[in-house]
Amino acid sequence: MLRVADLNAWYGHSHILQGVGLEVGRGEIVTLIGRNGAGKTTTLKSIMGLVGRRTGSVQFDGAEILAEPAHRRFHRGLAYVPEERRIVPGLTVEENLRLGIIAAGNRAREAAMIERIAETFPRLKQRLKQDAITMSGGEQQMLAIARALMAEPKMILLDEPSEGIMPILVDEMFEQFRRMRDAGTTILLVEQNVELALALSSRVYVMDQGVVVHHGTAAAMLADSELRDRYCSV
Amino acid sequence: MMAFPPELLAMQLVTGLALGAVYVLLAIGLSLIFGMLTVVNFAHGAFFMVGAYMGVFLYGLTGNFLVSLVVVPLAVGGIGLVVERFLVRPLYGRGIDYPLLLTFGLSYVFIEVVRILFGLNGLPFSPPEMLQGAVDIGIGYFPLYRLFLIAATAVVVLALWLFIERTAFGLVIRAGARDPEIVRVLGIDVSKIWLVVFGIGTGIAGLSGVLAAPLQGVAPEMGVPILAEAFVVTVVGGMGSLVGAVIAGLLVGVVVAMTSLFAPEMAKVSIFALMALVLLVRPRGLMGRAGLMG
Repeated sequence: MLRVADLNAWYGHSHILQGVGLEVGRGEIVTLIGRNGAGKTTTLKSIMGLVGRRTGSVQFDGAEILAEPAHRRFHRGLAYVPEERRIVPGLTVEENLRLGIIAAGNRAREAAMIERIAETFPRLKQRLKQDAITMSGGEQQMLAIARALMAEPKMILLDEPSEGIMPILVDEMFEQFRRMRDAGTTILLVEQNVELALALSSRVYVMDQGVVVHHGTAAAMLADSELRDRYCSV
Repeated sequence: MMAFPPELLAMQLVTGLALGAVYVLLAIGLSLIFGMLTVVNFAHGAFFMVGAYMGVFLYGLTGNFLVSLVVVPLAVGGIGLVVERFLVRPLYGRGIDYPLLLTFGLSYVFIEVVRILFGLNGLPFSPPEMLQGAVDIGIGYFPLYRLFLIAATAVVVLALWLFIERTAFGLVIRAGARDPEIVRVLGIDVSKIWLVVFGIGTGIAGLSGVLAAPLQGVAPEMGVPILAEAFVVTVVGGMGSLVGAVIAGLLVGVVVAMTSLFAPEMAKVSIFALMALVLLVRPRGLMGRAGLMG
């Protein structure tokens, strides 16, 4: 589904990604971990086309998309939920959801999808008419994920979805990820909550200083606490 | 100065609203463009002036004011589209001063072009016959054209509000003003939204030019002082806020009208005194929100 090879990215003059390679198969959940500043967020942003200067190769669903602008990648079925939620203040929950499907240009599908998403995320259903910014952090994160699902993407990139969220909601969120995967959505997950993420994933990549330093099955990493500590202690 | 009868005060209030109507139209365009594109459009007054000239020219050609009211906003908005696409767009991401300088220079180009085409001196223009005269509004006779101006402004503001609050495009505008990156990753080509917003803002500036022409005639420099006043209105209302632009536009109009009644020599200064006062109490303006400039 996604194949990244020799990906380099720059912010101004700083060379952040220095030849990242990773692959995510169709229907798979893959976790990307590493210390703060390792380049995980930049990797996701580059895959989505949000980093100004980038070289290498990003293939999605068989097509090379490195040079494409972000909005075109969305239309290929690639969704992205950035860190810090980023739901739009001043818009209701329903308007935030509508925003996720407007680009698809299908008004009839809009109502049906809002209904469907509201069933999947009961917390949002009760709050459709509420200003989204008045919700708790966890609920806002649910909304950000729900919004990304509105257009039924093939693959979703999630950047630290559990950050700063109550544990009970984190469990609920990971349950959602499991259901998304079972429904056929491919997921690339950047997560600090390593054990929870590994339990859900099939494979894992570890990044450090802008390169991938380790990859393997999630089960192997889950079993090897020494390996985990080496790469993930902050 | 205490002896003004209440009818006169009420009349001056309505006069202020009519004056404020032009401010409102200019300020909502400025505010929309700033809120969305973070572009301080210094050519806004020139678009206003070009609209006024076009309106007078078309009225001379057709004898129908309605034609001017419909065609001019479209034509001026069209010029706006070209300006955004080919002049402003290459400057995005370079900071706020680049488009500011560009539009500042552009306003002089527009003024020179109009001077070449229509001469250095202005042209007189009076309201079309249908809108001449005065009507009794209960507190006395008030010029019909000024009532029309208030009504036309109300229609434009209402239409714009419905467009922004009730349509899918409007939803994208509201979201894009807060977080363009999110709009982009949700599949929307933000540069197209910016283009349309610039076109709408300049189109409304053109329309306000047509509407203002019968009040004062037209002159190549007519957009210069009113641009400064319109900026004051957007600052008082809060940069980027449409509701703020409407409230502040009317407020400034009324303050000017009232000051010219009590202390005519202070009328022009009163605008800036009001701005200073508002900014002392609310540095972001009446309806300004945090973080827009960040």
